Order: sequence, then structure tokens, then C-alpha cells
Amino acid sequence: MRLTLHVWRQPGPDAEGKLVTYEADDVSPHMSFLEMLDVVNERLIEKGEDPIAFAHDCREGICGSCGVMINGEPHGPLKETATCQLHMRVFKDGDEIYIEPWRAKAFPVIKDLVVDRSAFDRIIQAGGYISVNTGNAPEANSILVPKEAADYAMDMAECIGCGACVAACPNASAALFTGAKISHLAALPQGQPERAQRVEAMVAAMDEEHFGHCTSIGECSAACPKGIPLEAIARMYREYLRAKLVGAGK
Amino acid sequence: MKLDSKIPSGPLAEKWDRHRFELKLVNPANKRKHTIIVVGTGLAGASAAATLSELGYRVKCFSFHDSPRRAHSIAAQGGINAAKNYQNDGDSIWRLFYDTIKGGDFRAREANVYRLAQISANIIDQCVAQGVPFAREYGGTLTNRSFGGAQVSRTFYARGQTGQQLLLGAYSALSKEIAKGGVEMHTYTEMLDLVVIDGHARGIVTRNLKTGKIEAHAADAVVLATGGYANVFYLSTNAKASNVTATYRAYKRGALFANPCFTQIHPTCIPQSGDYQSKLTLMSESLRNDGRVWVPKKKGDTRAPGDIPESERDYYLERKYPSFGNLAPRDIASRSAKEVCDEGRGVGPGGRGVYLDFEDAIRRLGEDKIRERYGNLFEMYERITGENPYKVPMRIYPAPHYTMGGLWVDYNLMSTIPGLHVLGEANFSDHGANRLGASALMQGLADGYFIIPVTIGDYLANTRPAPVSVDHPEFRGAVEAAEAQVKKLLSIKGKRTVDSFHRELGSLMWDYCGMARNDAGLRKALAKIPEIRAEFWENVNVPGSDAELNQALEKAGRVADFLEFAELMCIDALHRTESCGGHFREESQTPDGEAKRDDENFCYVAAWEYQENGSPVLHKEPLVFENVALSQRSYK
Repeated sequence: MRLTLHVWRQPGPDAEGKLVTYEADDVSPHMSFLEMLDVVNERLIEKGEDPIAFAHDCREGICGSCGVMINGEPHGPLKETATCQLHMRVFKDGDEIYIEPWRAKAFPVIKDLVVDRSAFDRIIQAGGYISVNTGNAPEANSILVPKEAADYAMDMAECIGCGACVAACPNASAALFTGAKISHLAALPQGQPERAQRVEAMVAAMDEEHFGHCTSIGECSAACPKGIPLEAIARMYREYLRAKLVGAGK
Repeated sequence: MKLDSKIPSGPLAEKWDRHRFELKLVNPANKRKHTIIVVGTGLAGASAAATLSELGYRVKCFSFHDSPRRAHSIAAQGGINAAKNYQNDGDSIWRLFYDTIKGGDFRAREANVYRLAQISANIIDQCVAQGVPFAREYGGTLTNRSFGGAQVSRTFYARGQTGQQLLLGAYSALSKEIAKGGVEMHTYTEMLDLVVIDGHARGIVTRNLKTGKIEAHAADAVVLATGGYANVFYLSTNAKASNVTATYRAYKRGALFANPCFTQIHPTCIPQSGDYQSKLTLMSESLRNDGRVWVPKKKGDTRAPGDIPESERDYYLERKYPSFGNLAPRDIASRSAKEVCDEGRGVGPGGRGVYLDFEDAIRRLGEDKIRERYGNLFEMYERITGENPYKVPMRIYPAPHYTMGGLWVDYNLMSTIPGLHVLGEANFSDHGANRLGASALMQGLADGYFIIPVTIGDYLANTRPAPVSVDHPEFRGAVEAAEAQVKKLLSIKGKRTVDSFHRELGSLMWDYCGMARNDAGLRKALAKIPEIRAEFWENVNVPGSDAELNQALEKAGRVADFLEFAELMCIDALHRTESCGGHFREESQTPDGEAKRDDENFCYVAAWEYQENGSPVLHKEPLVFENVALSQRSYK
């Protein structure tokens, strides 16, 4: 296949960026999207040009490093598929592809397609954990968790922290990311002692990081490579309301 | 140099208890005064950093990722072993210990492995308390699955994402400690060198990957949890950034490197599809619980799998190893796959593949049950290959996956450089010559949560390190050397890309130091590696500058180290003329083609000491087996 790429190039955080056009020849349909970019980069280096910077690591759709806007959609056209798992067979010869970084105030561009997502870490640091020091755990089977609750918690815990939800949202809200962690921990008996303070602290952190508010548009869930449902956000609201009504520590 | 493994005396089951009593403690008020550097935030690094901070130490933690949650432990799929015996199927600490020692082909230390089996149960308790959503029964208790090399069901799992969930558990504990101020987290920061002062590890030199700034960090002890080196093969199941630099630099600073030739080739990976291939994707070993491995009986059979009748299929693992069948250990399953493909019976492009077939399991259990167990793996397979494994069998082929070798450590997980501790895949300690499935997660977390937090106190209490400043000449020298290397790499401006060198090295290593090795091949590789390395330093093209995010420059530094390390691997493989576990020397096999150990001459850990002249010196740590009888491994 022969493709025309329009790629966002931005040398650094404070530099101006622009779309630059590249021709990609000999693209195999079996290549992953990132392998296609690898080949483009090899040729750029051979020509003495600066290769396109993009974040990636495991290339198995689980580390959450990769993620770019592909023709305006986070991670491209396939449902529940991270950029590294997207294969070129979804495109056809002659296609034009626009490749851009996540766009959100809370995710400043570092270079080209690489953005700074440390805001997500700070949201987790605000309360996305159960305070149990090593050694202080009871026998595992003394905590019974109904299978439905365990399955629900797992559905929510699958988030890979890629940021596609923020990139998809017109408000650049982090509600799906934050709601997923709150829902995961609120569903489990282990998460009960800190349930109220957790949701209050994490929601406050989300605001401090300049993410927008959720207006229930639903683009986040549609773009999520792990298919985290909108229920995560609804649950976050319920947890927040509950915390305000019953007070912290309950 | 005499290698002192510091294995405690007394009966096997009492060693760890006794040792913990004998270790010196640091009192709580004094812990605050000690700074510990932890490099890496995978299972071992994150769990160690969090736990050391909980104990009161000041921790400086480093990751080259943008977030500690990205470490490659996240990609582990199938599960984590623990001797809980929840299934009442005859499991015990002793059995997990024995399975691990035997699985490693009797090339690991008894005392370390027994301790690992003891701690395994605590790990599950800890992770459940953190909220890790393990799979459960309807009654609310934890459930298990089986893994290779074991006849009991002791593997705990969270769908096909166990590594992710365990890592997110450790990441949450780390996040808690970062929030409390106990851990100073440095992301986007890659370790380039270790600093040794008066014989003790006192700090590291790092490069900030966003700004390019090279900096020194001092501490009272250094912990490396920087993973394995399977990317020496270029194509492996490792993440793209996984590399040998931290451990190799420590080796060059005097830490001995143990058993570098012990690498694991995982039997169930998606075969390569083209020259552009950037990595290989693992399909969890757990699939072998329900999938049956086969190839056509006839050579060059090009019929579609569905058109090949039952009588013309060779379920070779079930045929050769009736008691373990498709759950034979990884090294054996990989070699068997290579064997049938070498015979011309492989399937798919280039004949480099075997079928992993779920037809029987789907008939027996229904598609829904299979989807519940492996849904995400099936989806991943389909996304990559475009084939639906519910309808046609998966095609799989072995790929480099894990490295049992690593920096030599004693029972306290301390290397031969006092103060330098090494955890997880980065050390050599527990898996011998072959790691069993679901044991990497167990070892990483045992090292990080439960072992290093105890043993490092003994080092600090005995040593009482004096304060040291980053203005010390050793720090300055290391910083200058790191800066010089970056400048050199950027100044060559040759004609070849970093990746082209990495691919060339990888394919050489795969051919001559991969699934099967022999004298002539290893000598050929040893002659060729220095040539590739010399060309690299003359003809590599690293674009861009050193004061920005420069991914080509990051890669160049890592590949430069692989180009040296590969030689050490081949030297080790050449010296060990026996076959054991994942190290298969063609000259040493039983009449039916199994790995033939040579206990008389090779029952030791091979620990290599760096020499500037390029000829490392071998030190041997004899392996003493007091509790198990060495036997020819049999899974028949």
C-alpha cells in the first residue's frame, strides 16, 4: 500500500507545531500502525532528518504508553484497540492519514506526538490505593469477594492509563480514568474504609490538574481501548454524593 | 574472588526464619537517615520502593518511563504461583520448591528457591489486601488455574492480565508512598552508570530523557530492579525499551554477571510476519491448559488445518510427554516446536509455526467458557493476525521471552559490590536454567515486598555508610564519561540506523545463541560481534541533539551495551558444554534428544568478572543439593 501521512511535528514543549506531509510506500497490511511509523522513521534517519517522536513500549496494548489521534480518533478507527494493536489492514491503498498528539491542557506536548500524562499519576497519588503496608494483610481467603463484585472490579481495573478518554472528550475530562479507579476500589470489601475520602480526594485532584468537567457525552468510553464503560463515571458521581452525605471515614 | 552465597545454616525450612533473626536491624529513628536508590518500577522495583518507604527509609526511585505504571511487568499475562493449596490437590511449600528446582534443571540454589516458595503465600495475601481483582469462585474465594511444569493447580490470575493487575497494585502502594513524601519519584530518567566509592555502591548517574541533562545521585545503598536482557535478540516478547544497560554498567563496575547464557525461549508466541517486525507477542502459557499443540504428520502438508483429519495430526507434546502433555515446561515445549519445524512439518509462512488448537475445548466447554477464560488473548491474536482463533487454530512459534541469568547476588540479594542489591529478573537467583510459568511475578514481588526490606537493613546496620557528596571525584568522573558517550554517539553521523545494527545483532544471536547452540556457531558469533560493534562506532547515524527528547539517542546507548553484552552471553554459552534447561548444547543430548546435563562438571553458577581486555574471568559458585536428588528431568 501507498499512504500519505500528515504528521504533527513540534520540536519541543514551547515550540510551534505544524502538520508535515510524508509519503509512506510499501506498507504491508500485516504491519502494526507503529511498525509503519518505524519504517517511516528509518527512512527519515537515513535521509538525515529528525525521526517522528512517539510514545510506545510493550506494543501489546497493555502498557498504555502509545496513543495518537488517527484521523481525529484516539487510537484510530478500531473499537477497543490501542494504537500499537491497530494493523494497517484497516487502511487501503491511497489513504490519507492525519496523525496528531492527544490534545488537552492537562497533557502538554513534549515533542511531536509525545505528551506529558503525569497528571494521571498525581490523580492516583491523591487516593487511588488501599492503605495497607506490606506485611499487614490478612489471609487472602478470609476476605470473601462475590464473583460478580470481583468481575466488576476487574472490568474497571483494566484501564491502561493511556489518556484516550481525555483526548476524545470535547471538555478534556479525566472522569472515565478517575471513575474507573474509584469504581474498582469501591466495589471491593478491601476498599471500604477509605471509600469516602478516596473519591473526594481524587475528584479534587482531577480539578487541580485542569481537566475539564464531564458533560456525559460518552466519547471517552467509545474511544477507550479497554472498553471501560460509562458506568465508571456514574459510579464516581454516586460515590461522591455518598461521601458528601455520609461524610469522610464512612 | 571467593563467592560467598551467605546461605544460612540449619534445616532448609528454618533457614529464612533463622536468617531474619540473625540479621541486624536498623532502628526506626535511624531509617530516616538512610537514602536508598531504587532503579526500575516493575514488580520488584515498585514493591521494594514502596515497602522501604513504609519502613521509614528515604527512597529515590527512577524509571525511564513517563510513569512507573508502564514497566514491562505489566505485560505478564497468565498468573502468579503460590503454595496456598486452596485446591486441596496435594500442593505444599515443598512441592512448589521442588517443581521450581526441577523446572530450573537443578541449576538454582535450594535455599533461595525454598524461601521463594515460603513467601509465595504472603504475596497473594498482600495483593488481595491491595484490591487486586483476582479471579474468584461463586462462593467468593480465590480460584486457580494450572501452568506448565506442575501437576497441581496453584496459579492465581486476573483474566489474562495478571501482571497488569499486580503491577497496578505495586504502583498503587508506590503512589501512596510518593504522596506521603517517602519516595522521591524520578520519571523519564534513565540510569547510565553506577558509582562505586571505596568499594561500595554509592549512587548512580542518570540522563533526563526530556531535557537530556546528565545528573548524579548519591545514596547509602543502590537497588537495581531493571529487568532482563531478552532484547539482545532484537525480536523478543519484551517491551521495546527493555535493555541491559543498568546491569551491564554495574558489571563493568565490578558486579559479577551470572549465567548470562540462560535465556528462556517461550513456546507460545505469534510467529513473525515480515522484516518490519518490531517485536513478538506472547500468547499466555495458560492457553496450554485447554489448547492442544499439533502439526501435520506429513512434511510440507499445505492443507488448511480443518482439512487435516485427526489421524493425520501429530499432537507431539501429548505423544512425547504423556504425563504432562501440553503442559510440558517451556524449554521442552519450545525445543519440540523447533524440532517438528526443522523436520519440515511446521505450518504458516516459512513453515515456522505450530498449531495451538481449541476445537476440543470449545466442544467440551462451549465458546462462552473459553471466552471467559481467554477472551482478551483471543482478541489480541485476531487483532494481530486477522484470524479468528475460535474458528481456526492459532499459529504459534517460540520467541525469546525471559532471561534467567543476571547479576550474581547472595542470599541477601546483594551483588559482589557491597551496597548494590539486585531484584527480580535483573538478578540470577531463583530460576536456574529454566523458569516455570507464573514464577516471574512471584519472584519479583518476593524480592521487593519481603526480602530486600529485611536484608538491606543488615547491610546498612553493619556498614553505617558515611555521607557522600555528588561532588566526589568518582561521581564527577562518571558524569563526564556519560556525557562523553552521548557526544560521541551524536558525532558519528554515519550511514546506518541504530535499529539496523540491533537487528543484525539480534539475528546473529538468534541463529547461534538461541534455542540450540553449538561450538562452531558460538565461535562464529564471537568472531562476528566485535565486527558489528566496530562498525556501529564508526557508521551509526544518531540524529538530533542531546538537549531534547531524542529516542534514537536513547536506543543507541542501549544497543551499544547489547553489542558488548552479547559477547559475554556467547562466552558463557560456549564454556558450558552441557545442556541444561533453556541452554541446549547440541553436543550434549540424550539418545531421545532431551537436554543432557553434566552434573559432574557443571553443577555450578558461572559468575563472570569484567576485564578491560575483553576476556572476562570465570568464578564458580558450586551448587550444593542437600534436600533433593539430582535427576534427569522427566516429564514423560
